[in-house]
Amino acid sequence: MFYREAGQFKTSYAADQQLLPIPMDRVFVIAVVLIAIFVVPVVGSQYWLESILLPVLILSIAALGLNILTGYCGQLSLGTGGFMAAGAYMSYKIATNMPEFMPVWVPILGGGLFAASIGVIFGLPSLRIKGFYLAVATLAAQFFLLWLFQKVPWFVNYSISGVPSAPPETILGFYVTGASASPEAKYLFVLAFVIVLALLARNMVRSRIGRSWMAIRDMDIAAELIGIKPLQTKLTAFAISSFYCGVAGALWSFCYINTVEPTAFDIERSFQVLFMIIVGGLGSVLGSFFGAAFIFLLPILLNNVPGWFGLQLATDVVSHLEFMVFGAAIIFFLIVEPHGLARLWQIAKEKLRLWPFPH
Amino acid sequence: MWEKRNMSITRKALLGLTAGAVMATGGLVAQPAPASAEEQVVPSLVYRTGPFAPGGISLADGFADYFTLINERDGGINGVKINVVECETGYNTDRGVECYDRTKNEGSGATFYSPWSTGITYALIEKATQDKIPILSMGYGRTSAADGRFFPYVFNFPSTYWNQATAIIRYIADQEGGMDALNGMDFAYIHLDHPYGKEPIPTLDVMAEQFGFTYAKYPVPPASMTEQKSIFLQIRRQRPDYIIMWGWGAMNSTAVNEAASIKFPMDKFIGNWWSAGEDAVEAGGDGAVGYKAASFHGPGDDFAVYADLKEHVYDKGLAAGKGDQMGRVLYNRGLNNAIVAVEAIRDAQAHFGEGQVITGEQMQWALENLDLTAGEIEALGVTGLVPPTKVTCENHEGLNPAILIQQWNGSEYEMVSDWVPAMTDLTRPILEAEAEAYAAEQGIEARDCS
Repeated sequence: MFYREAGQFKTSYAADQQLLPIPMDRVFVIAVVLIAIFVVPVVGSQYWLESILLPVLILSIAALGLNILTGYCGQLSLGTGGFMAAGAYMSYKIATNMPEFMPVWVPILGGGLFAASIGVIFGLPSLRIKGFYLAVATLAAQFFLLWLFQKVPWFVNYSISGVPSAPPETILGFYVTGASASPEAKYLFVLAFVIVLALLARNMVRSRIGRSWMAIRDMDIAAELIGIKPLQTKLTAFAISSFYCGVAGALWSFCYINTVEPTAFDIERSFQVLFMIIVGGLGSVLGSFFGAAFIFLLPILLNNVPGWFGLQLATDVVSHLEFMVFGAAIIFFLIVEPHGLARLWQIAKEKLRLWPFPH
Repeated sequence: MWEKRNMSITRKALLGLTAGAVMATGGLVAQPAPASAEEQVVPSLVYRTGPFAPGGISLADGFADYFTLINERDGGINGVKINVVECETGYNTDRGVECYDRTKNEGSGATFYSPWSTGITYALIEKATQDKIPILSMGYGRTSAADGRFFPYVFNFPSTYWNQATAIIRYIADQEGGMDALNGMDFAYIHLDHPYGKEPIPTLDVMAEQFGFTYAKYPVPPASMTEQKSIFLQIRRQRPDYIIMWGWGAMNSTAVNEAASIKFPMDKFIGNWWSAGEDAVEAGGDGAVGYKAASFHGPGDDFAVYADLKEHVYDKGLAAGKGDQMGRVLYNRGLNNAIVAVEAIRDAQAHFGEGQVITGEQMQWALENLDLTAGEIEALGVTGLVPPTKVTCENHEGLNPAILIQQWNGSEYEMVSDWVPAMTDLTRPILEAEAEAYAAEQGIEARDCS
């Protein structure tokens, strides 16, 4: 009734190959993006923009990155936190040492590229080791990188405390990083990265490169036999994935917590992002967003709920409740939908096809 | 059939959830009512859960109980009731930032923040400065924030980590018979491998050069705080004259236990004031007897204010949490923080209008002009809980940073030293250089403090 895949006739290759071939999807996605750009910054309060949407968008980028590596290319990684840290520290280094005229996105992308090159190095073992063993190898990246950035004072400009603050930078005269930036400016700055990177990811996974990733994921020997080079394919996945993580780490430091802090990128972060893609949906761009929102927001939501109902609970009781309900919700979703929230979304669309007359 | 099965799973899950919720609401306790405009809102970023909860619960309870005392005994500050709004951070920086954003506009706006975490303090410095809400990080957080010219909204009196390190070295020198005795001594410095644990290293380096001692660093990764066997094997090989510790959470008790098991003389093992809690030594049994730690307030409940707390808070059943933390070192530190805050609010009211709710900006004025004399402290009944402190525009760490050394006797800590002054002539130049480097990077101009 409300959603229909049938009756869509394409008369040109271009129409058939476009990003979202179904007009309803297209209109919906464009509407969401337009609302995110024009409506949300106007109606959103400072708390919502800065403490809710900002971190979710940034973590979505990290989840997108890991989804490329794990969901599409099938290489399990626990190094996400380390790659995010690489992006954050390198962006800081570039931002504080670059000439005045360079725009702020240069250090962010620079951090991403640095993370990508490190990702390639740590991706090399993936040629020989697979599955859980690879996860352990990427764990080395996590610990080594954090150790490196804390050990070598060059990365923090020899700051004695080792926790430098993100430098304030402007675009067109508006501050977009650091604490003096307005929440709207920060939000739009991060949103721009999210839109561009999500579009890129969506296009990559349906192009040759994405299809070769999926071939490697599904059966690497078969993929090799049909002419896909495992070395290049796996390493591009590592590079692109780490690039996304690096950009996310840089934005996390520059726009969210305002400091380049090692504990923000510890092993917990790697697990958090991994859970995001598992709950959101492996091998789904949309799932990365769902997963990020679910894993990051549900605890905060649960923590807020008793207050909304005027329940006077002790702080620790609320926190324990939060852990219990959050854990139960993860198990619940994994049982009813092991393919993640993205699959639930798909099922909802299928249901809408018939609704309200299921027969 | 499929539909049905799904339904039953859903229903069971929901049942489980409700059962859990009902069980948990058994722990329902009274908390201050939602903020109204006439109340002074004091957000409290707490960690009552997670790996750092053993310290966090004591801190949060002490902090809350003193405000409850002010409300119950005095009816607030000049009639203005204080509303403590707790928010659980779990010691996580990102949750701390979220808590800050959630609570800062509560009621008439937050008065000040005490994040109880160096990581959260770092993340909030610029945000709070922008919002004109002071951060009162007493004895933790960013050391260079003691330079008030560049950090107008951050206060870290009564002392910083650097000053504490110098005072501990001075205490060791006193024990050994003067500064000259330090020459040729060898120390072990065991610390959390975290910005917090690495803070005093630059100062230790400078002192090592100046006084001619050597020291070895033993970082303990936060992920494996409870595995220190190999570290203490190395320490046993090193045979240091003293061990100095910058630990937190489960790391403290592990280190004390391990030191006892290599038969290290415990009176030569000195922790900093975050390694000074009962949790560090209680598990150690007899092995922990003799362990020393720095502090800036006394342990135990032998203070006049405890009589009032008992009468107005504990006996009325208004104590925060389970009400079992009284007299613990970190509970007293929570009290200490709240006492200073109440006096600052009182000063702000005296200056800007009595009986009014003060703003963050006014609180900043009060903290910057704070002058707690021994007489005032005596009148409050908190002598020994709060050191006399004077803060100025340039100096946000207090003018006379000093520490006390306490020693564990098997059942409680007792004071074994008088105030040991820090070597501010040594730390101040490093501190100002660091603050200036920060300001240059951030494009901040020095404030005129004259």
